[in-house]
Amino acid sequence: MKESDWALRESHTFDRHAIAYIRRAASTGLYRIRGFGAKRRIPNFDDLLMKGASMSRYPLEGYRERCRTSVTLGTRFASKPIELEIPITIAGMSFGSLSANAKEALGRGASAAGTSTTTGDGGMTQEERKHSRRLVYQYLPSRYGMNPDDLRAADAIEVVVGQGAKPGGGGMLLGEKISKRVAEMRTLPEGIDQRSACRHPDWTGPDDLAIKILELREITNWEKPIYIKCGAARPYYDTALSVKAGADVVVIDGMQGGTAATQDVFIEHVGQPTLVAIKEAVKALVDLDMHRKVQLVVGGGIRSGADVAKALAMGADAVSIGTAALVAIGDQDPAFQEEYEALGSAAGCWEDYQAGTDPAGITTQNDELAKRLDPVAGGKKLANYLRVLTLEVQTIARACGKSHIHNLEADDMVALTVEAAAMSGIPLAGTNWVPGA
Amino acid sequence: MSALRENVRVLDLLEMSRRKVNVALQSHNGSSEPAHLRILNPAGAHALACGLDAPVSVDIEGHTGYFCAGMNKLAQITVFGNAGQGVAENMMSGRVHVRGDVSQSAAATAHGGLLVVEGNAAARCGISLKGGNIVVKGNVGHMSMFMAQAGCLVVLGDADEALGDSIYEAAIYVRGSVASLGADCVEKDMADSHREQLRGLLREASCGDIKLDGFRRYGSARELYHFKQQNIGVY
Ligand SMILES: Cc1cc2nc3c(=O)[nH]c(=O)nc-3n(C[C@H](O)[C@H](O)[C@H](O)COP(=O)(O)O)c2cc1C
Repeated sequence: MKESDWALRESHTFDRHAIAYIRRAASTGLYRIRGFGAKRRIPNFDDLLMKGASMSRYPLEGYRERCRTSVTLGTRFASKPIELEIPITIAGMSFGSLSANAKEALGRGASAAGTSTTTGDGGMTQEERKHSRRLVYQYLPSRYGMNPDDLRAADAIEVVVGQGAKPGGGGMLLGEKISKRVAEMRTLPEGIDQRSACRHPDWTGPDDLAIKILELREITNWEKPIYIKCGAARPYYDTALSVKAGADVVVIDGMQGGTAATQDVFIEHVGQPTLVAIKEAVKALVDLDMHRKVQLVVGGGIRSGADVAKALAMGADAVSIGTAALVAIGDQDPAFQEEYEALGSAAGCWEDYQAGTDPAGITTQNDELAKRLDPVAGGKKLANYLRVLTLEVQTIARACGKSHIHNLEADDMVALTVEAAAMSGIPLAGTNWVPGA
Repeated sequence: MSALRENVRVLDLLEMSRRKVNVALQSHNGSSEPAHLRILNPAGAHALACGLDAPVSVDIEGHTGYFCAGMNKLAQITVFGNAGQGVAENMMSGRVHVRGDVSQSAAATAHGGLLVVEGNAAARCGISLKGGNIVVKGNVGHMSMFMAQAGCLVVLGDADEALGDSIYEAAIYVRGSVASLGADCVEKDMADSHREQLRGLLREASCGDIKLDGFRRYGSARELYHFKQQNIGVY
């Protein structure tokens, strides 16, 4: 840098993102709707460390002693709980927001790795049912494409109350992505901006929800696990009320969670971090003597085996991933750098999931773009990625002396920062201190 | 027709659990054989006769709780009483006939079939409707047909506030007064095709003799179909 440039000082308060935001608002008069998840820095799993073992705990032999990874979801009421080989599930992402090929790739990858995938706000496609050995059917406020045949064809039902990127918000699929097939599945005209409601049309509150769940069980012969998915708004009470409403599984999604299309202000400013979500949800389950009886699945910003291990050690039974799965099948691929640039973005920064112009052909309904994603190759990449996560969790678990990943515990961790200690309930390294405990 | 000749199966909730009653009803699913079943002593039970998928006829002799006839396919279900919240929710086909009044969210998200209500319907009747039809012989509550996408609501009485708020391509016919229309819902012309549609629905609801003259038609102004700055005031 030239010495003369040293005098240029960017404001912390009015940094270039703030200035770009103001300029954009001033020129359009509309708030920004985009995809991806929160981009700001939030205390997360990187602020926790695993302790490993030495004299006071025995580790397991890395390549010899077994460390099991299986998870059963839905043991409370369902007569056919879901058996997963790994503790990592694929989160609900709608056909509409994703191409049919992308949905197929997710199904193939999840099935090959022994886990479940999930439909989304737009109904079940034949492609994903065919290629998903275990498919969770989302029951959403919009009820787009909702029908009892698909409900019965599912392996579990997830009642969606909200998601981490927008707890309290409905959906918006912009007209650019409403192709003929998407429009037909949702019973709406082609090309219009589709609003999804933020509340369910026929029940309000946990007492009603208990009756709704009764109905879903009566229609599906009490076979299928029923999940309730909430964005992390008030995770302690959200979890407790979900248990009261009769959930087999509670899914809590932290504010880092990805989205197909949400107001930027919502993505960055509403909801609580995933660390907080797990701590509070586990506390609610423990207080109700329901920990491990009602299973807890957590999502929002999970990237690596270390993230998974830490979420499990905090008390989750499994995790769910959205953004990372999309990246695994090809989202943000540097091979498309020129095209990302032509769209005013860059590989690694792409967030216009709402626009339907995705160079990687994943978040689009444009046939030409969608063809770029080979669902078989995409499925293989996802399966590889899921295997790496699982191997990493096992490596960490063995090093902590655990023969099953669910034996990971809070005592296996320390927090690196005061903030993370307060949020996660894990003591600050070198102390017994949990602020606020 | 006498019950004996018609071979009516009686399911009494004083003697059987709801689960057993629903299993007995659902045991016809997938069959094309007609059958006639009677449910006694419903006493406001929830989730009765839901998830049926056969051309059976079911008479429920009393009041029902939430989600009666939920997700119905093909069945002809009659409630000889009032029905609670979400009657015939997400109906796909068939016919649900309630002799009394219905609570809120009647026929919510119904994709097909016909709901006939002899009495009144509470708030949000036909919310998020997706192709089903509803005929209410009394009045309907506020926010009826909120975000309705396709299908039809016919009201012989009055409609309360915010009728058809954020409606898409669904149609509403009201004979009485409308307290107010919701965002993006407007009165529309009655063409011959609309009269025909209305006449057909009234006939299906066994009131084909009613004169069409008093009815007005309401639907979407289609101004909220695109997210734009001019709409900020209505959001
Ligand atoms: C493209 C995309 C579409 C999504 N669609 C839905 C949806 O239809 N229903 C839902 O409950 N959540 C939806 N989500 C949220 C995910 O289910 C999940 O909560 C979130 O992606 C988890 O956070 P992560 O992306 O950081 O892993 C979507 C997310 C993405 C990225």
